[in-house]
Amino acid sequence: MKRLEKDESLCIGCRQCEEACSQAFYKVSDPAKSCIRITDREDGTHAIAVCTQCGKCAEVCNTGVITQDAKGVYRLNKKECAGCLMCVGFCPENVMVQCDDYLEPSKCTACGLCVKACPTGPIRIVEE
Amino acid sequence: MIQMCNVPRYADADMAEIQKMREAHQVLKHVDYEPKDLYHGYTDKRLRIDLSANSVEILDIPQEVKEKFVGGKGYCLRYLWDATNPETKWDSPENAITMSAGPIAGITQYAGTGKCLVCTISPMTDIPIDSNVGGYFGPFLKFSGFDVLELTGKAEEDVIIVIDGNKGTISIEKAPLEHKDAHVLGEELTAMYAEDEKDRKNVAVVCSGSASEHCNLSMLNFTFYDPKRNVVRLKQAGRGGIGRVFANKHVKALVCRFKGVKANLNHVYDIGILNKDGLKFHREIATLDDKQNSMRKSGTAYSLRTLSDYDILPTRNYKYGGTDKIDEMAPEVWQNQWLTQGGADGCWYGCSMACAKTADHFLLKTGPYKGQRVCVDGPEYESAAGLGPNCGITDPQAILELNFYCDTYGVDTISYGTMTAFLMECYENGILNKERTGGLELEWGNIEADLEMLHLMARNEGFGKIAALGSHKQKEYFAKMGWGDMAFMNDIAMEQKGLEYSEYSSKESLAQQGGYGLTNKGPQHDEAWLIFMDQVNNQIPTFEDKAEALYYYPMFRTWFGLLGLCKLPWNDIVPADNSLTDEPAKVPEHVDNYLDLFYGVTGVRIDRDDMIRQSERVYNFQRIFNIRLGKGLRKNDAIPYRSQGPVTEEEYLSRQERYDGQLVEQVGLTPEQVKNMSLQEKMAATRKHREAEYERLIDAVYPKRGWTLNGVPTVAHLKELGMDLPELLAVVEPLQDAQP
Ligand code: SF4
Ligand code: SF4
Ligand code: SF4
Repeated sequence: MKRLEKDESLCIGCRQCEEACSQAFYKVSDPAKSCIRITDREDGTHAIAVCTQCGKCAEVCNTGVITQDAKGVYRLNKKECAGCLMCVGFCPENVMVQCDDYLEPSKCTACGLCVKACPTGPIRIVEE
Repeated sequence: MIQMCNVPRYADADMAEIQKMREAHQVLKHVDYEPKDLYHGYTDKRLRIDLSANSVEILDIPQEVKEKFVGGKGYCLRYLWDATNPETKWDSPENAITMSAGPIAGITQYAGTGKCLVCTISPMTDIPIDSNVGGYFGPFLKFSGFDVLELTGKAEEDVIIVIDGNKGTISIEKAPLEHKDAHVLGEELTAMYAEDEKDRKNVAVVCSGSASEHCNLSMLNFTFYDPKRNVVRLKQAGRGGIGRVFANKHVKALVCRFKGVKANLNHVYDIGILNKDGLKFHREIATLDDKQNSMRKSGTAYSLRTLSDYDILPTRNYKYGGTDKIDEMAPEVWQNQWLTQGGADGCWYGCSMACAKTADHFLLKTGPYKGQRVCVDGPEYESAAGLGPNCGITDPQAILELNFYCDTYGVDTISYGTMTAFLMECYENGILNKERTGGLELEWGNIEADLEMLHLMARNEGFGKIAALGSHKQKEYFAKMGWGDMAFMNDIAMEQKGLEYSEYSSKESLAQQGGYGLTNKGPQHDEAWLIFMDQVNNQIPTFEDKAEALYYYPMFRTWFGLLGLCKLPWNDIVPADNSLTDEPAKVPEHVDNYLDLFYGVTGVRIDRDDMIRQSERVYNFQRIFNIRLGKGLRKNDAIPYRSQGPVTEEEYLSRQERYDGQLVEQVGLTPEQVKNMSLQEKMAATRKHREAEYERLIDAVYPKRGWTLNGVPTVAHLKELGMDLPELLAVVEPLQDAQP
């Protein structure tokens, strides 16, 4: 399965990953439109929330719009999506993106753009 | 535990057979039309189909109707009134079946927003019945351009009506070959009208079942296609015999196809509001459902054990409020052994509450489908309770089999359960015996006899013909045959206005006695489900609280039916801090969500009072509709004594301590006096007291509702509501001074 893996100890909180993700899919710089989410902890470290490809979103979707591709990545077929947002609400990592300008949410495709943008290497794509 | 990922997909329908069926259709009428887009939740169009004339009309809905009736049940009743007259009976050609989904219906972001309301003049009550049902038909009808559908007249032979909301076509077709049972017919029509497998989710069917041609208890099944299981699911517009009217009009099914469900087909005023509240609600379910009711795991059947523990679960025809065998049907049993876990079981898009559970590949042991493995929808609480403990049955296998056959035959599980419980008590008392039932030994818990009666009913044979009458007419028949004493049967038959009670034992809750008795359609809990509040949570302790609740909740709950909403997401989950609010029973945050949804869809801001006002208009309209048809006065709100207190000695003795205590605390006797009374004297004193309490309750509730003590809406109240319509005044004005 192809997915993002993280090591929070290496994160410096620069948010280049969020920038890369929201630019790639929404053409804006907006952390709310990123499928990777960084939050600062009080002790100066940073929490990274990424899609673990757990498949919860696919399970709750009543129309089977989210399906696994050959590499095990859960992909959302926007054409068939009814925009019900259940997947967004049930994602245990809270990393699906919903914004009012679009009728459908979006999710991480394990494309690796965030990995490329990150200067310090806390996130990487693994295939297992 | 059965997990969704391990459930094999159901087999496809035989397309060659389906092709043959389709070729046998004869088109009686075909109409092309331009589907009107929705705007702020409305199309403002009405589709009227007269089956006698094979005519199809598309009419405008005037602004005034929209303002006063809102949609959903409001529209259904308005157009039912217009189609009928004071003499109309259920089988009069002019009786209409009206269906409307309401302005919020069809949004996808918030749970429970796909309901369709259905009204007709009922064969069981002879007054309007209304039912609130899931499945995809209601929203698809809207997307196809219609806020309301009205079916009148009678076809000569079985027809289906097909609406294609993408192509803009409506046709009436003779359809002789399709099967009648819903689980088969639903599959056949879904496969027939879907362009390919992927398109099946875009087809919704409404049909009854093979019992509907002769059985008063018949309902309508509304389908939706479940792509993960590859099976057509069934939801029911259950109460009051709508299926019988449908079959009497020779309508075999309605089909609506609409491809392209998206988040904003309602062209709402502000989608951001819907997204925000919808997401908030999904998160609430995701985090709290497991800690609260586990609706996603066991559906409404979760409550069986709680209700048994609190003396509310109707047992043996409502004699008792629970059973010591309840563990056999505890939530864990349903979850671990019968109901598939992890399915996306909403009856419309976006329902994260997902209460529409199934028992998959369930092996049938009796009847025409014996030996087949089928998908059983449910059981919902009402079905499990009515088919189960109320008839002395606690075996989930039997309950599922009964549930399946009721659904596919088109029989209302609630009426069937309550009626069977009555028949079993008649059997116990010798009103019925083996000769009279044609060999059916209707003893408590006799599963074989129960199923056999159901199969006979579907085939219209033997004692099944009597069963098909429903309790109200059965009483008359048994009395006429000299089999039983009418007064006793009136006490134990749990029906009012001709409709069987739903499954809560109201004996120990005055509020719920009113919740059942003071309803418009008959004793169904959806108007005033107060028993939990009263008996479990003790939220309405005083007499005044109860009377007030019988004003507020019926109005509040009516609102869901106007808008096309399900009530379960309102209070079957509550926000984590709900108990800290001023009125936890009302779930204030969720009420605010609904006000938001109304604003987000229509662009009109309303507050909590406006919400009640909207309902009151329709509620009073329905009450006057009942009066117009001769059944809307105080005398019609009388209830069977079984719902109020102990009819038999064994019932009294089962709660003797409580009843004796109440003679002291409530009736004012001394403990010494009670001790010296015979059982019969105590029962008579209890009855006198309880019946008087119910009358006192009515005296308190009617004025709150703006009614005279005879139950007639006052002219002043109608004026205040803006409902002083000439046709309503004509009904109520002559009755303003009439005494009960
Ligand atoms: S988006 Fe969320 S729910 Fe879906 S696979 Fe990723 S982590 Fe799981
Ligand atoms: S928003 Fe789309 S993908 Fe997500 S659950 Fe709803 S229909 Fe499925
Ligand atoms: S809560 Fe249940 S009945 Fe209500 S809409 Fe959801 S799935 Fe349907």
